[in-house]
Amino acid sequence: MVTRKSTRKPNVSAEELTTFYREMLLIRRFEEKAGQLYGMGLIGGFCHLYIGQEAVVVGLESVTEEGDKRITSYRDHGHMLACGMSPDGVMAELTGREGGYSKGKGGSMHMFSREKHFYGGHGIVGAQVPIGAGLAFADKYRENGRVTFTYFGDGASNQGQVYETFNMAALWQLPVVFVIENNQYAMGTAQQRSTSTPDLYTRGAAFGIPGEIVDGMNVVSVRDAGAKAIAHCRAGKGPYILEVKTYRYRGHSMSDPAKYRTREEVQKMREERDPIEQVRSMLLTGKHASEEDLKAIDKEIKSVINAAADFAKDSPEPSLDELWTDIYADAVPQNEVA
Amino acid sequence: MATEILMPALSPTMEEGTLAKWLVKEGDTVSSGDLLAEIETDKATMEFEAVDDGTIGKLLVDAGTQNVKVNTPIALLLAEGESAETLPQAPEPAQAGDADAKAVPAGDPAKSAPPSSKPAPPSPKSAPPSPKSAPVPDWPEGTMLRQQTVREALRDAMAEEMRADDSVFLMGEEVAEYQGAYKISQGLLDEFGSKRVIDTPITEHGFAGVAVGAAFGGLRPIVEFMTFNFAMQAIDQIINSAAKTLYMSGGQMGAPMVFRGPNGAAARVAAQHSQDYAAWYMQIPGLKVAMPYSASDAKGLLKSAIRDPNPVIFLENEILYGRSFDVPELDDFTVPFGKARIWQQGDDVTIVSFGIGMKYALEAAEKLAGDGISAEVIDLRTLRPMDTATIVDSVMKTNRCVTVEEGWPQGSVGNYISSVLMQEAFDYLDAPVINCTGKDVPMPYAANLEKHALVTTDEVIAAVKQVTYR
Repeated sequence: MVTRKSTRKPNVSAEELTTFYREMLLIRRFEEKAGQLYGMGLIGGFCHLYIGQEAVVVGLESVTEEGDKRITSYRDHGHMLACGMSPDGVMAELTGREGGYSKGKGGSMHMFSREKHFYGGHGIVGAQVPIGAGLAFADKYRENGRVTFTYFGDGASNQGQVYETFNMAALWQLPVVFVIENNQYAMGTAQQRSTSTPDLYTRGAAFGIPGEIVDGMNVVSVRDAGAKAIAHCRAGKGPYILEVKTYRYRGHSMSDPAKYRTREEVQKMREERDPIEQVRSMLLTGKHASEEDLKAIDKEIKSVINAAADFAKDSPEPSLDELWTDIYADAVPQNEVA
Repeated sequence: MATEILMPALSPTMEEGTLAKWLVKEGDTVSSGDLLAEIETDKATMEFEAVDDGTIGKLLVDAGTQNVKVNTPIALLLAEGESAETLPQAPEPAQAGDADAKAVPAGDPAKSAPPSSKPAPPSPKSAPPSPKSAPVPDWPEGTMLRQQTVREALRDAMAEEMRADDSVFLMGEEVAEYQGAYKISQGLLDEFGSKRVIDTPITEHGFAGVAVGAAFGGLRPIVEFMTFNFAMQAIDQIINSAAKTLYMSGGQMGAPMVFRGPNGAAARVAAQHSQDYAAWYMQIPGLKVAMPYSASDAKGLLKSAIRDPNPVIFLENEILYGRSFDVPELDDFTVPFGKARIWQQGDDVTIVSFGIGMKYALEAAEKLAGDGISAEVIDLRTLRPMDTATIVDSVMKTNRCVTVEEGWPQGSVGNYISSVLMQEAFDYLDAPVINCTGKDVPMPYAANLEKHALVTTDEVIAAVKQVTYR
């Protein structure tokens, strides 16, 4: 049932690599800007940055089709950008402004997009896992062939509701890919200090859910694993688990001094495994792009991010009337069926 | 000496049942463990076994007899050497049930649903007085009514809404093949199939979350909790995911769904299975909360709940499931949220309650009438939204108010009503509002202690006398 990732031979076009590069860079620059705005007091509360983990969402989003769904935890900015939500809307939500995806009422951890089938943005560790299976339940009920990517971390993988969900997802053969983004630290607790067995991808075995381990710093590996998982689900074979080994460079949140790991550990990861640098070098060594080409992309991304930051600063705060809206619906918001 | 075989209690709330079928006849020899009879409770048809060895001397209650009280002798068992001829005068079968209960054939004994056309007459002791007037009727004058149990009304509401909208489905523990732990979903699996009537594993937190996701995904789930006590396992999904997402998403997506099941004390199931969550859920913005008393409200409110685009907490009561009330025979009968029902008009005091609290409120009102105190009795029906306007209007007339609920006193529903009255009708109050509640203790098991822990009719009467200075 449990299979290990076998040989991986990059089979990727120049165009695809360029797209990966652009999308991962967008996330990284966005997060760096968010960190900067946080430092300036423009973003408040909790702010969990995705820097280092970019290859996970970019690789997996590359294999989705229109109508497929995704849901994740509070470390969600990367997922939103990768599924095509606008940097302006995400950044303005971080600054708590009217132009944000939730009109400033959700913040960093609670953002949604019906249009992009992004179902949050959940602040309670692990709570998104049954909800993700429920989205898949709705798709199976509707027999529409859609698949849901349900993302959670190595920390959430110790929550009881994850296993309640595994059981039901397997029992009812739900089309859901459980993506365990294993960045090795549940806040400040290293995986070996919190988890009795090291291989999280085997945790579906008790329920008959196949799983595999994926190099989450390599976007092409992630893409390949995602394609396999999504094909499994679309074929009606039920859920699939991807344990994607990744690493976050920043602290758990902006207020985390990250004393639980060494600077050297982080530095080594950045220098040797960085997902963006890997693609950059593939582009350059394969002569798919020149330094100039990449500089042009960097420049373009920078201007997108600066525009998002400006939008997020200029967008007004929500009107006080907004306090009292969206508590009860008069009609079902998602009345159209995906 | 012949042994009397007594009508058994087969559930915590069973007071009487139907002796559906004898599986032995007079003269049969039975051993301990042999099946004697099939007995229909309000929840299920159960087989009843012999405890002692012996010979069936006499069957005292005919097959098909309804309303046989628990502990009524139903047969005599002869020990070795005894014969039926030597038996002393057998108790008259007529004593088996209520004086007015006639032996009515139960129809097909395989069907365990209480026959809807012939509702069991409620026993005189526990029957709530019928309303003296319903000033704002929920149905047009001249509408045909029929007696129906709360249980049947809830099932009909779900069935009607499932017929009307194929995105409505029911999930929960034992809702499908078992036909419902309390038989609320009786027959739904047969009609709608296993795609729409779904047995879940015992995994409240998980399946509540799955249902929230299904609601985000465009379906309209009805989640049955076997009791709301078990929903505490799922309360994070109910509040953090279902109730708050519409707000957190700026109106982009919400959870149109119903969480329903029995709430509050049943009977003799002690602390972990006897809790009233009305005040808990009533506090949460984003949730709606209904807590019906009568069958017509159970039906009309549940239909409204299923159609509502918001998450609804629907608090039922196990003891009320078997009670019968008038239900209008209308194709599509609904009761709106946020509209209280005035069960009886009165001038001297306003008694406000909801759910099973109405039993005490109405009993007290009837007894108070005998003492010359005229009580106006208001059934809130929904706690969120709450029809405080009707309470305030009534108190402006009566100048006194007593609230009645089974939940605990601190942070009770009555506390909220008291604060509303202080703010909106302070000058009209001639006495402090009294909140009659359950006692501030975990529910004890012992029968006498349990009775004392619950709110009582006498306490309601005493409170009314206090606020009316009688």
